[in-house]
Amino acid sequence: MIYREAGQFKTSYAADQAIFPIRLDRWGMLVTLFVAFFVIPVVANEYWLLSILVPFLVFSLAAIGLNILTGYAGQLSLGTGGFMACGAFAAYKLSTAFPELNILIVFLLSGGVAAAVGVLFGLPSLRIKGFYLAVATLAAQFFLIWMFNKFGWFNNYSPSGVISAPPRALFGDFYVTGASASPVAKYLFLLGFVAVMALIAKNLTRCKIGRSWMAIRDMDIAAEIIGIRPLMAKLSAFAISSFFIGIAGAMWAFIYTGSVEALAFDINRSFQVLFMIIIGGLGSILGSFLGAAFIVLLPILLNNVPGLIGWQIPVDMIAHLEFMIFGALIIFFLIVEPHGLARLWQIAKEKMRLWPFPY
Amino acid sequence: MFFSWPFFFEVLIGGLLSGVMYSLVALGFVLIFKASGVFNFAQGAMVLFAALTLVGFINMGVPVPLAIVIAIIVMILLAYAVERAVLRPLVNQPPIILFMATIGITFFIDGFGQTLWGSDVYALDIGIPNQPLFFGDILVNSFDLVAAVVAGVLVAVLAVFFQKTRIGRALRAVADDHQAAMSVGIPLRVIWVIVWSVAGLVALVAGIMWGSKLGVQFSLALIALKALPVLILGGFTSIPGAIIGGLIIGAGEKLAEVFIGPFLAGAIEDWFAYMLAMLVLLFRPQGLFGEKIIERV
Repeated sequence: MIYREAGQFKTSYAADQAIFPIRLDRWGMLVTLFVAFFVIPVVANEYWLLSILVPFLVFSLAAIGLNILTGYAGQLSLGTGGFMACGAFAAYKLSTAFPELNILIVFLLSGGVAAAVGVLFGLPSLRIKGFYLAVATLAAQFFLIWMFNKFGWFNNYSPSGVISAPPRALFGDFYVTGASASPVAKYLFLLGFVAVMALIAKNLTRCKIGRSWMAIRDMDIAAEIIGIRPLMAKLSAFAISSFFIGIAGAMWAFIYTGSVEALAFDINRSFQVLFMIIIGGLGSILGSFLGAAFIVLLPILLNNVPGLIGWQIPVDMIAHLEFMIFGALIIFFLIVEPHGLARLWQIAKEKMRLWPFPY
Repeated sequence: MFFSWPFFFEVLIGGLLSGVMYSLVALGFVLIFKASGVFNFAQGAMVLFAALTLVGFINMGVPVPLAIVIAIIVMILLAYAVERAVLRPLVNQPPIILFMATIGITFFIDGFGQTLWGSDVYALDIGIPNQPLFFGDILVNSFDLVAAVVAGVLVAVLAVFFQKTRIGRALRAVADDHQAAMSVGIPLRVIWVIVWSVAGLVALVAGIMWGSKLGVQFSLALIALKALPVLILGGFTSIPGAIIGGLIIGAGEKLAEVFIGPFLAGAIEDWFAYMLAMLVLLFRPQGLFGEKIIERV
């Protein structure tokens, strides 16, 4: 009875085309943002901020990126880790080579570098598709990690191959990276960034370019016939997706872990992000957030719940169980709800509209 | 310069023989793809699972031949479970969804196998000779020769199975068109179980060979990642393609590592196969031996 749209009349095209046409959705989003920006920094402790919320936001950004490519444009990619590494190392090189450059610009530029690399590895998508392309993106994954691992130039010849984020401030002494940055500052910066990027992604998928991605996804030859240029659609999907993923990689290195080596972005990272978008929902920005939350929280739950109810499970057993549960969940979601958690949320909203009458 | 012809041939032969091992894994992929149109990412996990099962039973004191029989039965049960739990509900889904489902299977089997048998490294010794042999100046490992013979026999058996038997014909019909095959009375589910069982057997053979070479451990599952470029190079639907692709990748990889690697900081084996396969795909999108598919709306 609370959630309903009756009586909300749209009197202009702009109102009809809004992102949240229903008033309650708008309020819900505003409340969520208010809580995220003003309540959480006050309430949450350092563990929550740095070990749960920051990785959640970083993964959300990566998942949005992969969702653009796989969910919206239908190009399966297993090279996410490689593109994340690209962003991370580009940000490191840029911020050490130009120390006076604002960190925000560094992140955007590193996303640009990742986008360029993404386009390069997206070129085969013009001729091959489906699993052939998935395997070709694995080439990106292995090649990029090898390159960052083997050539000292990328990590400024550090003997361990580890890059550490230099301390940088967004403005004044509002440090967002390095040891002197407070958890709240890191969190707020990341949150603001992710919120803006998510809004951009949402709008991209609603406009002409997003529609051309979806046409290519649904049937590429038909899309070509009705006048969509596959070259532009596919390459733009690769570029924009890699842009998001590259920034996520830079955030991972600079804000989440602070120091990172190339191997942190190995193929398991790619699978992790892929699982996020499958569980969260292919072709949904909300789903990227839900999937990221799910995958970040599940291991924490698995580690803590057996202890709480008195089971003693050895650590390696938990790791294997995690594998099994992830695998089973993937199959479960693909069979039962191919559109993921986002679709479940949508169904819940549909039900609420009709509540208390089922039809 | 360290180049000399005997050394070159030694590297080449070593590469070709390790390529045979890649082909063994790639064969499992091809079998499933040919008969059900599913790109089975889980083949590597199946190799690991088969080898773990075998070693697990041998370590429990079961004699080797009996352990192999048990492992075969386990793989058939696995095939049945996969068909029942994953394939049947996903009939008629786009291939890419099935592919992602097999990634899920991969994770599940990896976790399951290690939950059952632990994640230690096990030695697997079923009496394959492992002495170096010399042909003139060229050093060849006898183990690799045995592997090549095994692969050859396996391919011959499979070729006969696919070409001459009733089931083989049914398999090819299913691969061509699921619906048409069903409408002439070919039981799709039975065929799937057979195909996944055969792929499980191939995984067992590959697991035995790789396991006795490297020890049975988690990295066996990663061999699947080596077999993928073999596959796209050879074409998904071609058994000879898997063999020849394996040989090309094996030889190319070893030669590149030894002769180009030093100029590029080494360890280029990790990605060379993928880059090679990707280059081939740019010119022949269906692989060397794949079927050209003409699409229309």
